[in-house]
Amino acid sequence: MRLQYPTNIKIIQLPCSGRVDILHMLKSFEDGADGVYVAGCMEGDCHFLTGNFKARRKVNYLKGVLAALGIEPERVEMFNMSSAEGPRFAQVAREFTAKIKELGPSPVKKAKAA
Amino acid sequence: MIVGDSKPLEEILEMIQGKEKVLVLGCRGCVTVCNVGGEKEVGILATMLRIARKKAGLAPTVDERTIERQCDPEYIEELAEVAEGYDAIISIACGVGPQFMSERYPKVPVYPGINTTFIGGALEHGVWSERCQSCGNCLVHNFGGLCPIARCSKSIMNGPCGGSANKKCEISPDVDCIWHLIVEKMAGMGRLKELERVWPVKNWITSRDGGPRKRVREDLKQ
Ligand code: SF4
Ligand code: SF4
Repeated sequence: MRLQYPTNIKIIQLPCSGRVDILHMLKSFEDGADGVYVAGCMEGDCHFLTGNFKARRKVNYLKGVLAALGIEPERVEMFNMSSAEGPRFAQVAREFTAKIKELGPSPVKKAKAA
Repeated sequence: MIVGDSKPLEEILEMIQGKEKVLVLGCRGCVTVCNVGGEKEVGILATMLRIARKKAGLAPTVDERTIERQCDPEYIEELAEVAEGYDAIISIACGVGPQFMSERYPKVPVYPGINTTFIGGALEHGVWSERCQSCGNCLVHNFGGLCPIARCSKSIMNGPCGGSANKKCEISPDVDCIWHLIVEKMAGMGRLKELERVWPVKNWITSRDGGPRKRVREDLKQ
């Protein structure tokens, strides 16, 4: 199956979404990412039982951090999808990219350019 | 261990307003174990501060460092060459850290990045609970190993009080009545009779009420 998804998305592979760390996501923003999302397995389908729930909690925590920094919390999201759902992966990628485009460049990057 | 909570980011940002070169300083002791002030948290806080600075169009000089302990002068000394090159140091150790740092490096303003909350232990990953108030005269063996000083809201020695209901303390349904647990525990051990002992008012001189405490071990002193 060949599916199109936006080329500006940089994929960072992890063994489980539960491995995602606040620092991974924060570093992405520091380095100028306009948005970050975590693609985890469907709830209830984690091979390590609760990895995807932990990932969601970290994403929610980070939303609070972004808000405190004056950055739109919507720039970070968590999505659940099964590894058998290629089309959904591509669809989420397109939708998230569209949403971030709507928000515009990250305020971190804008300041750097100014 | 000594347990603490991160200060709100807004509060830290306000502390370092106008300070150009900032160091976030962690400690590998208690605060590493309770996930609030170790190398990892130094990385997180420093990154947040750099993001805030970049966003404001400021030079993002926020360095990271973690030392073995901030409650021992020998480790504080490791910063001798660099400390005074900073405009602000944020210590995320317990309250001892910012004090030892500012005593040794009086020219640099040192800010506490965490709120030191209590002496306690981990109930599970991410959950800590208070266990000791360092009263200076430990008596827990008389109460089935459960401390009524630190864990009873009123620190009463002859409990429970009239507010104990359904195993919970009257201050909140989320707080166990430690006296309920003491009675249960002692009963289970067949030691209920021991609780008939009436405790006189505790001598708080050994606690903070006797003023700041200092401990000298002649056998160890150089
Ligand atoms: S009796 Fe005093 S020293 Fe012992 S656990 Fe309680 S507060 Fe701490
Ligand atoms: S209800 Fe229990 S824990 Fe609360 S103040 Fe009374 S004796 Fe102490």
